[in-house]
Order: sequence, then C-alpha cells, then structure tokens
Amino acid sequence: MEVLSLIGSGFLVALTPLNIGLLLMGCFVGTLLGALPGLGPVNGVAVLIPLTFAFGFDPTSSLILLCAVYFGCMYGGRISSILLNIPGDEPAIMTTLDGYPMAVQGQAANALAISGVASFVGATIAVIGLSLFAPVLARAAIHFGPADYFALYILAFATIGGIAGVDPRKTLLSALIGLMLATVGIDPISGVPRYTMDNFHLYDGIQPIVALVGLFAISEILLLLEKSAKDRPKAIKVDRWMPQWSAIWPTRWAMLRGSGVGFVAGVLPGAGASLGSFMAYVFEKQKSNGKGTFGKGDPRGVAAPESGNNAAAGGALIPMLSLGVPGSGTTAVLLAMLISLNVQPGPLLFERQPDLVWGLVASLYLANIALLILNLPMIGIFTRLMMTPTWALMPVVAAVTFVGVYGISNSIFDLELMVFFGIIGYIMRKLDISLVPLVLGLLLGGDMERALRRAMSISDGDWSILIASPISITLYVLTVGFLALSVWLAVRDHKQTQAERLTEG
Amino acid sequence: MKLRTLTSMKLGAALAAAMTVTAVPASATECIAPSNPGGGWDFTCRTIGRVLGELGLVEGNVQVTNMAGGVGAVAFAMVAAERPADEDLIVATSTVGVTQMAQGRYPAPLETMRYLAMLGADVGVIAVDNDSPIMTLADLTAAMAADPSALVTGGSSGAGGWDHIRLLMVADATGTEDLSAIRWVQFDGGTDAVTQMMGGQIAVVSTDMGEIAGFVESGDIRVLAALSDEPIPAFPDIPTAISQGVDVTGYNWRGLYTGGQVSDEAYNAWVERLETLYNSDNWQEAATSAGLVPIWRGGAEFEAFVRDQAAIMEQISRDIGVIQ
Repeated sequence: MEVLSLIGSGFLVALTPLNIGLLLMGCFVGTLLGALPGLGPVNGVAVLIPLTFAFGFDPTSSLILLCAVYFGCMYGGRISSILLNIPGDEPAIMTTLDGYPMAVQGQAANALAISGVASFVGATIAVIGLSLFAPVLARAAIHFGPADYFALYILAFATIGGIAGVDPRKTLLSALIGLMLATVGIDPISGVPRYTMDNFHLYDGIQPIVALVGLFAISEILLLLEKSAKDRPKAIKVDRWMPQWSAIWPTRWAMLRGSGVGFVAGVLPGAGASLGSFMAYVFEKQKSNGKGTFGKGDPRGVAAPESGNNAAAGGALIPMLSLGVPGSGTTAVLLAMLISLNVQPGPLLFERQPDLVWGLVASLYLANIALLILNLPMIGIFTRLMMTPTWALMPVVAAVTFVGVYGISNSIFDLELMVFFGIIGYIMRKLDISLVPLVLGLLLGGDMERALRRAMSISDGDWSILIASPISITLYVLTVGFLALSVWLAVRDHKQTQAERLTEG
Repeated sequence: MKLRTLTSMKLGAALAAAMTVTAVPASATECIAPSNPGGGWDFTCRTIGRVLGELGLVEGNVQVTNMAGGVGAVAFAMVAAERPADEDLIVATSTVGVTQMAQGRYPAPLETMRYLAMLGADVGVIAVDNDSPIMTLADLTAAMAADPSALVTGGSSGAGGWDHIRLLMVADATGTEDLSAIRWVQFDGGTDAVTQMMGGQIAVVSTDMGEIAGFVESGDIRVLAALSDEPIPAFPDIPTAISQGVDVTGYNWRGLYTGGQVSDEAYNAWVERLETLYNSDNWQEAATSAGLVPIWRGGAEFEAFVRDQAAIMEQISRDIGVIQ
C-alpha cells in the first residue's frame, strides 16, 4: 500500500498546471513526430532538450515533457505504418505487416483504433509494472549476461523465417542481408573498421532509420513513378470513417499477450522496443495463426506488436531510472538530460528523489489517457487522409523523410544512403522479397554480434560459455520448441490441405 | 476535406523543417558535438554553450550540432576540409578523441587543428563488486601479476580505448608481464559494465567516475583506486593510485578545438573567453554536478599538453600491440 501513497504524492506533482500543460504538449508533438516517417523520438527529445534548458524547467517537469514525447512517438509511429505502409519509426515496422493490408481492405479506421487501444494497454501495463516492481525487476535484469542476450537474439532470429511473405527462403535472404549490413562500421570491440571503404561516414555503421526510410518510403515513390499517369492507382476505398467497438474487443487477449512479451523485452537493458514488437508479433502469430490470416490483415497482427512496442518503451524506463543503463537511443538522451540537470539515475534515485520518480510515474498514467483521447478522435481525420491522391501525398512524404533524416545527422551522405536503400527496396519489392526482415536484421544484428563477442571475451574464446547459464539454456530450449512447433504445424496443415484436395477430388 | 488533410501534412512538413533549422545555424557561434545527443561531448557543447550565453560572452545562443561518426572522425574531417578558418566554430573533444588521433584513426594528424582549452576532467577509477574478495589495489595488481588471464575486466571502451589503456597502465606499473593476456570486455557505457559486474559476469571495471557515482554512493561497488593526483572532492575517502604507490593517473579531460587556419587573434580571443567561463561559478557548479573535476589548461600550454599526451598514448598502444 506504500506504493499507492507514493503514486498519490506523484499525482500531486503531476497535476500542477505547468506539468499538465507540458504533458499535453508532449503527447501532441510526440504523436505528430512519430507519425512522420523519418522523424522519431530521438529527434523529438533532442530538439526539446535545449527548450527545457531555455525555460529553466526543473528536472521533473523536463522529464515529464520528454517522456510524453517519447510515449507519443510510440503511439504515432503506427499511423503511417497502417495508412502508407511506411513505418513512422523503427518499432512500428511490424505494424505494417497486418495494418496496411487492413487499410487496403477498407479497415483503416479499425486498424488505427485497435492499434491505438493496444498502445494504451501496452503502455499502461508497463507503467503499472514500473510503479510496482521497478527496483526488483532492475535487480533481476542484471543477471542477464552477454551469453543470455545472445540466446535471446537466437530465439528472435529463429522465428524470423515465419514473419512475412510467402516464400520463407526469400524472408531468410532478406534477414541475412540485414545481418550483413549490421556488420558495417567500426567494430566496437577491437576498433577495426569493417566494410567502410575508407569512408568516415560509414564508421558508425548504417543507421537503421536511414535504411528504413529509404527502403520503405523512397521505394514506394519509385514504384509510383513507374506507373504512368493514366494507370494511376485508385485511392484506397474506406468503408467507414469511425471504428467499431466490435472490431476492437476480439483482440483483447492479443493485446495482453503482446504487452507481456514487450514489457519483458523492455526491462532488459539492451533489448528495447523493436525487439519487443517483433517478439510480440511472432508469438501472437504462432499462437493464433490457425487460419493463415496473419500478414493479410489480421487485427491481432496489429494489436500484438503495437501493445508490444509501447510496453517495451515503458519497460525501458526501468533500467534507465533504477540502474542508469539506457535501453535505447531515446532513453540514452533522457539519461544524459537528467545527468546534466544534476539528477543521478541509479540505485539511489528512488530514495533520494521520490518526487521526480513518482511525479513521472503519475504523469505517464495521465499521458496514456491523454494519448488515447487524442488518438481516437483523430482517427477520422487520418482515415480521410487515405482519400488524398497518391500523386499529391507522396511528394510531401518524400520531403518530410529528407528533412527528417537530414535533421538527425546533418549529413548529406545519409541522404545519399537513403536513396541507395530506396533503390534496393524497389528491386526487392519487384522480386517479391519482404523488406521487414532486412530492417530487423540490421536493427538487431549489431546487438546480437556484440553479445556474442562479449561472451567470447569473457570466456577467452571458450564456446561452452554460451550454454553455461540456466537462462541461456532455457532460451535455447524455447527456441527448439518453437521451431519444432512450427515444423509440426506446417506438416499438419500440409496434410490437411492434401486431405481436402483428396475429398474435393 | 482533401484540402484540409493536405494542409495538415504541409503543416507537419513545415514544423519538421522549422525544427531542423534550429539544428543548423546561420552565422552564430556553433559548437559541434561529434557524437549523438547524450554523450560526454554532447554535454561539453551544451553546457559550455549555455554558460557562454549566460555570461554574455557570445552574441545570442550557441548552436549545438550533433555530428556523430567514427568517434569524432567525421566532424574532424569536415572541419579540416570545409571550415578550417571558421572563427565561430568550436568542437568538443577529450582524451578519447586524442587516443583515436594517436592511434591514427582520424583522417588527418593531430596538428590539423588548434586546441583551445580543457575545462574539466572525469577521473578514471578501478572498481570491483562489493562482494568481491579483492579488497585493495594491491590485491588486484598481485592477482593480475600472478596470472594476467585470471580476472575478467571491462569498461566502456573497446580494446585499445582509454578505459582499457588506463587499466593496462596500472598493470604495467605493478609487474604484470603479459599485458595482452588480460581479458577485456567492451560495454556500451560505464553503467552497463558496472551492472554486468554486479550480475557476476566480470570481476573488475575500469571507467570514468562520473557515470558510475550512483553505484559508489549506494555501496554496490567498491572503488579500489582513483587515477587522479588528488582525491576526488566528492569522494575524499577513495584512495588515489598514487597514494597506494602506483604512479598512474588517468583523467578523461573535456576540452575544445577549432579549425587549423583560425587566426591567432581569434584563437587568443577564444582562449580568453573560455578562461572567463572556467572561472565563473556557473561553470564550476555545472561541471562539479556532472561529476567532473574542474581543471584548466589553455592556449599554448594546452597545445603542448595534447601533443605530449598523444605521444604517450601512441607509445602505450604500440607496447600493448593495439597498433603496429
């Protein structure tokens, strides 16, 4: 019950007019930034930090503003995934798989509503977890060593073959290209540049956001250019402007399962929101894809990854606040801001600055409610966006992506790289190869390699360290079980279809 | 309806453009942080920029530009090629940057730039877990000298980075023969390394004090030695390595450089401005609260210091086989 009184005192901090104002502003700006391809939480938070200094906000207010932006981006990223098939930011990538097909089938309003509610469920569960168990979870997470992280990534990649597309071989090919691209740059362990062609711009590797925007947005524009003016695609039909409750309710278990998976991924420092939404999607697919509807507009395929990425984003605040270990790029920026405001995140933060911690927690509850209210009525506006003819919409999207990517790095090279990825994306689409596994390979491959290399540094090259801990053994058992289940399901379905053919014949 | 949605998209684009403009200055003073937002160089630029503005030492605000890449190499290459004579440009660097230069990992030699000043330093520390049987620096160095590969060590830099080199300097000064046999694990930051140590993955952490101070205060870890001349003001009880008979210091200083073709007049004006900043309460307070020890070296003295440090670093890197 102590927690309740602490949260109560937190609401007293959060409910000051200034903090409420900052919260609402953060939610709005965050949703907008998340929705625009190429602009994401890192831009938003980095741009607003000087603002918080300029206005001289205290650390609590600054953190409330920036966390509202962070949460808002997690909500907003789904919008362009669903409407344009272009992920607004990295964690929203899984939402394209079923969200865009839903939109194409006239279900845009439902897809937006389901993902909005799923975001709310995921984020709220994460905040409840944060308020009840933060210190305990943080202490548990430190027992996750490099070998265990490697096992976790093995589990993730073992499931990658099944995520998208008709032909698993093409999916694997795409994932492997992503893994190869992840090795570009200075090797952080030894400091040796790899595949950089002596170009200093490649020393930090390929930024996933640059690849993502190029692959999805630029290739979309190229595909559009290819079609002649007469052959212009018809605007997607929209069945209804506003969502139906009856479409949302059946996805409730998918949302809860996705939240659970995402939250665990978020709590582990070094995993993060992208892994959270990815794992949430594949688990949901494994569990519920009886009729093979995933990838063709299954509402549960929208609910699971969206609740997963929001739960992971909230979960990532736990290691940031209670250990001072950032789990993602955005939390790294938040951490730096706290330190420069003379707040030392770490084991003593909860004791020393309860006002800050509990004020933030209370604000996150409020931010979630604000975001849900903000997002549901906006669905009507966004679905009408589908009526905009593509020839008018895509140039605007292109302009925004260029501005967004340049804004991150101030580098023309990144723009060239983005166009290069656009061409790659165009070719891959022509060959009917899914783009999603490539981005996942690029996003997670670097972390996976570092986990392996660290484990090897610890053991001095002895491979047995990889199966030396109970955590990693459990994860490998799960992986084997998962693969066995996939094979069994495939064989069963195959027999079924054969049997059907026989009876039909 | 069409019109309205289009307008909202345009508004979005305009907003995005406006925000990007804030990151790209026109003519005002600019500080380049050669890292993503959040690192030590970013802190250097943002804090120095803020205090310069507060003290009225520059007109208007200082624009901070993040130009990540190659541990500072991308920004270094850009300044050398495009803005060598820009008198309104300062760039953050530190011991980490000089280590890179000394190991030949930047596109041009150290002398390409003019080094203005260092304004503070983070102190290197060697720490073990609170439950570790290693109680003193002498315990640690004896264990390493007996069997260099026995203990797993780690920190926030890769092999041959400053965290690694500092630890090897201690080992070298205390009789460890085969420095390359010491197992070193790279982590993404000091806190990452410390939490992995608390989880039992590694035995010893070598990193900057500033980042891990929270764990020292909470009693989760034990600092065996501070690699500074004097005890760290915030932690007077932590013994220095020197006080334990190991003559090694390992500061990670924070400072600034400017383009190589900047005039003497502009260079001297910058040094003077930064010295005023250094002596202000604003800077002393900001630096101390971020866990830095304020230290001043400016102008010609700092230039000489950077050259000396790079030469030492190059020698150590050669000795331990990081460079040929």
